[in-house]
Amino acid sequence: MFENKQVVVLGERDGVSGGAIQACVEAVGTATVAFAATECFV
Amino acid sequence: MDLHHQEVILALSKQHGPENLLVLLGSPDAESAQISAETVVLGDPTYAGALTEVQLGLDVYHILEKEIRSEIPEDVFEEQVGLMADVLDAEGITETLGGIRAQKPA
Repeated sequence: MFENKQVVVLGERDGVSGGAIQACVEAVGTATVAFAATECFV
Repeated sequence: MDLHHQEVILALSKQHGPENLLVLLGSPDAESAQISAETVVLGDPTYAGALTEVQLGLDVYHILEKEIRSEIPEDVFEEQVGLMADVLDAEGITETLGGIRAQKPA
């Protein structure tokens, strides 16, 4: 799933944040986080 | 989806090729996940951003889906996502995103 992928992380403030998802991807170690953000709809 | 984020995703798709991108969502519910997923697979349903009528067909999953969760070291997942995994409707989100992925352009 992650092998050699460029990962776009779109977290949400009321769900799982971008930073948390990015940390998970980096722990896998086989993909690169190309962009990470936490969206906020208020 | 944020309009600036749509521009970034379009640029990354051109730079790396859509087949090399994986979008991971942290949406709080199935409805929100559907809008984000639809935007990166079929185009912006609100007709407001750079992905309007652009069918990128990207691979898109939620961080709570089994295919993703199973690849993340358990201790890291617990530390980073933890409680939200029990609060959010992972089953409903998985079902919704599966429906969007099934519409991916050939």
